[in-house]
Parts: sequence; structure tokens; C-alpha cells
Amino acid sequence: MKDIVIIGSGVTGSAVARELSCYRAKIVVLERGNDVSVGTTKANSGIVHAGFDAVPGTKKAKYNVAGNAMFDELSKELDFPFRRNGSMVLCFDENERSGLEELYERGVANGVTGLSLISGEEARRMEPYVSEKTVAALYAKTGGIVSPYEMAIAYAENAAVNGAEFLFGHTVESIERTEKGFRVTCANGAAFETKAIVNCAGVHADDVNNMICPEKIEITPRKGDYMLLDKACGYLCNSTLFQLPTKMGKGVLVTPTTHGNILIGPTSTDREGKEDVNTTVEELAQAFEKALITMPTLSKRNIITQFSGLRAHNPGGDFIVGESSVKGFYNAAGIESPGLTAAPAIAVDLATQVASALALEKKDDFNPVRKGIPQFSHLSDEERQKLIDQDPLYGKVVCRCETVTEGEIVNSIRRPLGAKDLDGIKRRTRAGMGRCQAGFCTPRLMEILARELGCDLAEVTKCGGRSQIVTGRTK
Amino acid sequence: MMTERNLVIIGGGPAGLAAAKAAYDCGERDILILERENELGGILNQCIHNGFGLHTFKEELTGPEYAQRYIDEVIKRNIEYKLASTVLNVSRDKIVTYVNAKDGVGVVKAKAVILACGCRERPRGAINIAGMRGAGVFSAGTAQRLVNIEGYLPGKEVVILGSGDIGLIMARRMTFEGAKVKAVIELMPYSSGLNRNIVQCLNDFNIPLKFSHTVVEIKGKDRVEGVVVAAVDEKLRPIMQTAELIPCDTLLLSVGLLPENELAKGAGVSLSPVTGGAVVDENMMTDVDGVFQCGNVLHVHDLVDFVSAESENAGRCAAEYINGKVCAAQKIPVKTVNGVRYCVPQYLCADGVYEPISLKMRVAGVYKKVELTVRADGVKIYGKKRPVVAPGEMENIALNAEQVKALKQAKEIVISLEGGEARA
Repeated sequence: MKDIVIIGSGVTGSAVARELSCYRAKIVVLERGNDVSVGTTKANSGIVHAGFDAVPGTKKAKYNVAGNAMFDELSKELDFPFRRNGSMVLCFDENERSGLEELYERGVANGVTGLSLISGEEARRMEPYVSEKTVAALYAKTGGIVSPYEMAIAYAENAAVNGAEFLFGHTVESIERTEKGFRVTCANGAAFETKAIVNCAGVHADDVNNMICPEKIEITPRKGDYMLLDKACGYLCNSTLFQLPTKMGKGVLVTPTTHGNILIGPTSTDREGKEDVNTTVEELAQAFEKALITMPTLSKRNIITQFSGLRAHNPGGDFIVGESSVKGFYNAAGIESPGLTAAPAIAVDLATQVASALALEKKDDFNPVRKGIPQFSHLSDEERQKLIDQDPLYGKVVCRCETVTEGEIVNSIRRPLGAKDLDGIKRRTRAGMGRCQAGFCTPRLMEILARELGCDLAEVTKCGGRSQIVTGRTK
Repeated sequence: MMTERNLVIIGGGPAGLAAAKAAYDCGERDILILERENELGGILNQCIHNGFGLHTFKEELTGPEYAQRYIDEVIKRNIEYKLASTVLNVSRDKIVTYVNAKDGVGVVKAKAVILACGCRERPRGAINIAGMRGAGVFSAGTAQRLVNIEGYLPGKEVVILGSGDIGLIMARRMTFEGAKVKAVIELMPYSSGLNRNIVQCLNDFNIPLKFSHTVVEIKGKDRVEGVVVAAVDEKLRPIMQTAELIPCDTLLLSVGLLPENELAKGAGVSLSPVTGGAVVDENMMTDVDGVFQCGNVLHVHDLVDFVSAESENAGRCAAEYINGKVCAAQKIPVKTVNGVRYCVPQYLCADGVYEPISLKMRVAGVYKKVELTVRADGVKIYGKKRPVVAPGEMENIALNAEQVKALKQAKEIVISLEGGEARA
């Protein structure tokens, strides 16, 4: 008998698992993918929103502002990349200036601090590459950027170290009420008796909710395409640059990432399928054209990759957070933007609710601190030398574009909830994420992974499932 | 702790090896080669097909055989090299920082540095192919390594985008290994590969080559299940009405090579926007005093023989530089016009000894019945009539001492295609 089954190990599920892992409880996280953070969490803008966008009084507003305030401490405690770089909403039309003021008012109503309305000149002084057509901007000092998958991985690792069990390849198929709680059955036949369930299933949260709740919900997968630019373009902006939504649409953002690339996107298209993450020619073109409005000097030559992700959109508009009408079944559904920012606050809130309902006691040996993988490329030569003295594998550079060493790669595989495939290594270490996009390091990474996992090279996958890199031996 | 060396060569591939040999033969004894792989030889180690060395050795060698000839020369001369050593940084004053498992972080102050670190392949992301992002999309060189070094087959039903030489070679290689290569798709109306490779790698195996086509979408979630191919118009935009799905499990990309110049940038070397490599003079010296470049990091070559020759020149000049013989004098720019895209070197030193030199260049399109000319202040110094020139074949102009002298006394040097069809 489990105390809590958490469904989904994106940033929300992983955060909930971590916040619950400070209690004496049997926690299991069921993840359909091969790794944590393989859905919406791995493919979004990576923005820590200030909180001026959400309508006052909504859950989005509340959790956004509360979540934002947690990032400084949290990112230190869990050792994930976060930077408070500030954000700007740019207005390119005198007639739409009032839209900025509305956002400002909304921010104030939501309790956002550090907001200011600035002139076009001031915006360009701070961000010299934004369009000369900028007439005014809303600047938010508390805006930030985070590496979303590294944040989720950090949460999950810390939860695992504190006793939460993570099971991958477990797709929940049915939930039944039992005398003491629920019975959760997975497609692979595994079944779990549990007292409580927390539904953090992202774009599938409606399916999970509707297995047990009489109040049906619907989640629309809303796709966004992105393009990532070479680090050589990192000088183009420091703040996150939004466009003021206009009659013409919501616009796209141009932002630095925590690793120094420039990210542009996302587009917004409602999709039928929850696996429909293919980028399209039209949307990629649209993302780029819209980004040119913010920054006319952007060049397609500097694009190194494209990706897309699905927002878990609730047509009702707000997050669905809390206990449902079925006692013991909790939802964290419709967690679209500002969901990443909100996740830490949602997790604390849900964990508190569940713990109180189950009368859980706090552990005295809970360790809130997680130490990430040493990042060779960020270290001084002295620190590098020290690391190599301890483990010579840190002296072998495998990914030349991002200067990732074999030491880091081995670390990413061996640590709790370690990488099992090339994408897992990439999210944990950045190997393969640079300008050659794994052209050189793929064979080396395959060798290391096969060696560490004790499997044949032919069994190594890109992202689990049937994504083997090679089809077999040569003749 | 910082050590001091006369000459540090970054890269132990064909360029670095030839440079080391030539520098040694010029009298330089204090040479260190830093190679990031576990073996010398560079990319030649995975090029197991033959056709290397026709110019240099007058025989047909495989890539590893060609590399071995130079490795033997380096070993014979007792030139020091460090393997599995990645250079992290080269500063403007030629302090080279590298890392390996044995030395840890090593710092070497050099009198001269030769950057011979090769090029990388343009990946999928750089050409904006839409679709899914599962396994089965490889740059041709990655696939080549998997097949020839690791002994694994990347896929069974293959489409190749781009008709660069590695793509063509891999079409044949994959066919030998039992894969079915369904088509080679080329965006341009001509190939960027060598004609001999089209004949020997595609025509001989009945592999169709579709010009003026491109891949517009990749299908398949976990693994490639097919690619959508469409014709392009004269502005290279896909014509979606012509789109057709080709089922396959693998897409190989041979869509261009990019000189890998992050170290050069860090050292403050000026780069050419056309070649992606450094701007150099006929001594292969960049605009940073004592920093030289040669091989594919300077500009992408078709034949390793030309890499070797260019690099031997760089090695010689670096050795002479260390002895104080090469100085950064006034430089005359070499202008390229009328269908000539670039020339390496981009500058000639105004004063200097009048020795034979070679100019290497590429043209911008396929042009027929033209004359490739070099003019000094308008006077034709050199002319070569060509029935056809194409971007895929590097042009090499060898100039004798007399011609070099004429060029060096000019104010303006212009290389041009004359006659034939009109060009932009």
C-alpha cells in the first residue's frame, strides 16, 4: 500500500514528489516516458515570469507570484541554472501604449514588485539590439530564466534521494476507488494501491482525471515551435523580450537561455494529438518573422536547432489545482504558462494539503540539498585541475562544442535517476546540445552509455522506446 | 605551470601532420602537436575508401594509409605529440591552454601557433528541416564513423540530403553494407561533390540523384519513418504541390562543412565571411602575428593532397617566422570578382622573396567556356581557359616566381572569370 501515487514526472510531478518526500510516506511516481522531464517540461521557453500577465484573482496569478519568489533559494538548494535577468514587454505602436499600462496595473494588483514603464529609448539603452520601432516597454526586474529540464531533474533527484520511488515506462490506464483509497493500474500490468493520487500528467491530465472524477476536464495540446541560436549570438539580449499582445496576436519572445544561447518562439497552434510535436515549415517561418519585429538583425544563419512542445491548455483558462470532488484525488492540471514559474508554489501547496489529509509526519532526516554535476566548462583552470586530479575522466573532453567531459557524462549516468539514453545525457550535461548538434560526440556518447549500462552499442537509444541509434552490426 | 615551446600545432590530422613535418625539415626542432582524438590522422581514419594521394604520392591510397605516411614522417622525426588533448583556448599572445587526463590543464606559451583543427558538418538544425526529432538523422560523417570505425549500420533504408563528397561516399558505403539508398536529394541544380564521386558512388549503383529538390519534413516519432521531398523553385523555395513521401529509416545529411574556428575567434583572428576560415597571406599567417592556419579550418578542401601541400607551406613559414624571417609587412589584397567566390590567400605580402605560390579558389556557380585570370593592376599575369568550372571543384592556380613578382609590385590584384556567360 502506497501513501501517494504521483502521476507524471515533469516539473510539477517532480516538484510535488520532492515537497512530499520530506514527510514519512511511501511515494511512487509513475512516468510513461523513459526519463523525467520528457514532456512539456523539456520543451518550453524556460521563463520565470514576473507575474503581470495573469488575471488578478486567478490561481495563475497567485502561484506565479509566489513561485517566482522561491527561485533564488530553490535554485541554490537544488543546484539548477537560474538567472534573474529581468524581462521587458515591448510596444511598437503608440496607439497600443495603453496595453502596457494595463499590464502594469495587473502586475501591481497581483503583487508584483519591481515593475516600471520605460520609454523606447530607455529600452534600447538597456537592450541595444531591440527594434528602433520600440515606443515604450514594461520592464520587470523580477523576471528570470531557468533551465526547465534541469530544474525538473534536480527536483526528481532530490525526491529520489529522500525516498520517493520513480518508475518509468508506466502509463496509467485505469484508476478505481477502493475501500482504503485507489487502485492505479498501468498499461504494463503493474498495479498500485494507494491512499492518495496527485495528477501531474501534463497534456494527459484530462485522461487521468476523467478515469475517476465525475467532473470531467479537457486539456487541449497547444503546440509551440521554437528556434535556438548559437551561443555566438548570446550578446543580442540580456533580458527576456516579450511583445505586447495586439490585435495581430500574442507575439513571440526573444530570450537568452541560462546557457547563453538565444531562444525565439513559441508559435501557438491547437493540435489534435498529444504526441504531435512535429515542427512545421509554416510555424518555424512564423516564429522567425515575428522575432524579427523585436530584433530586426536576427539571422537565420545562426540557428542551430528547432524544437516544439505542447502546452497543457485548459479551455477554462486557469490552472486546476487541489483536491477534486473525489476525496484523495488531487489535480495539478492545465499547467501551461506560467506553469514552470508556478510549479514550486503549486508543489508546496499540494504537498501541504496531501500531508494534512493523510496526517503525515515530517522526517527528521530529510535532505533538501542536491548537488548537480560539476560543469567543467564553467570552472576556473584551478578548479578543473582539482577535478581531474580526483577523476582523470574530467580531463577527457567528449562534446567539443559545449566542452563536456567524460567525467560529467559518467556522472550523469551513475547518479540517482541517471541518464539512460542520449537525450538524457544531453539534458543533464549539454553534451550534443552545441553547434554541431552531436555530430562528433554521438559515437563517443554511445560507447560510454553502452559501457556504463553494460549493453551493446546497438541497444543505445536516443530517447527510449524504439529510438535505437543504429540498426545493427555491419556485414 | 606554464611551459614554453617554439611551435604548437593544434590538430594532428593531415594538416597538422604535414605542417609539423615541414617545420621540422625547415630546421625547427621544438614542436608540439596537440590532438583531441586518441590517434593521429584526423578524419582520414574513418575515410577507408581509396582515391587519396594521387597528387602527393602518385598512387591511390585509402584515408588511413595516406594518414599513416605522414604519421610515419612525424614519428621518424621524433616530433612530440599529445593525444586525447583538447585545446580550450588560444590567446592573442599565443598562450595555449589544453586539457587531458594525464597533464590535467596544461598551459604552453608558444612562439608560433598553427591552427589545423579541421571543420565540422552542418547539422540538421542549421538548415531548418521541420518535422519530428527521433533517431535516424545523421550527418554523413557521423554515419561514416559509425560504419567504418564502430562497425555499426546506422540504418537500412536511407535518403541522403546533399550531394557533398561525404554524402556520395556514404551512399556507396551504405550500399556495400546492405542498406538501400533510395535517393540523393540536392537543393542546387548541380552537385557540390566531385564528379568522379557521382560516377563511382551513385551512377555505378543506380542511386538516383535529384537536383533542385529538398527535404521539407521528417516523419516518425522515435525513429525516422520517412522524409517528405519536394522540388524547389529558382529561389530555392519548396514547391509544396510536388511534395512526396519517401519511406525510410535514416536521413543522412551532407549539406556542407564549416571550418571550426572557435579557437581562432578567441585569439582575435579575423575570419572571412565567405570561407568561414581565417584571412591569411601567402605564408598562411593570419592577422594575429605568429598565428597560422591551414587545411579545412582555413577553407574546406576537396582533396587531402592540397591540404598537405598548403599545410607544408604553413609549417615552413611558421618555422621561418620563429627564426625571424617572416614579417608582417604591408599587404596587397587579392580581390575576387565576376563569379569567383573567394581566394586563399586573401592577401599577399608586398615585399618578400619571389617564390612560386599557389592560389586556391572556388567559383559561385557552374560556368562554361571561361578563362580564369589573375590581373595585376589590370595586366593579365595568368590565364587558364576552362571548358567548365563548378563550385564543387576547387581551382588551384600555381604561379611561378616571375608571376609572383609581378603581383607583388601591383597595387591591386584581381581574380576573375572572363568570357562565357554573364554572371552576377
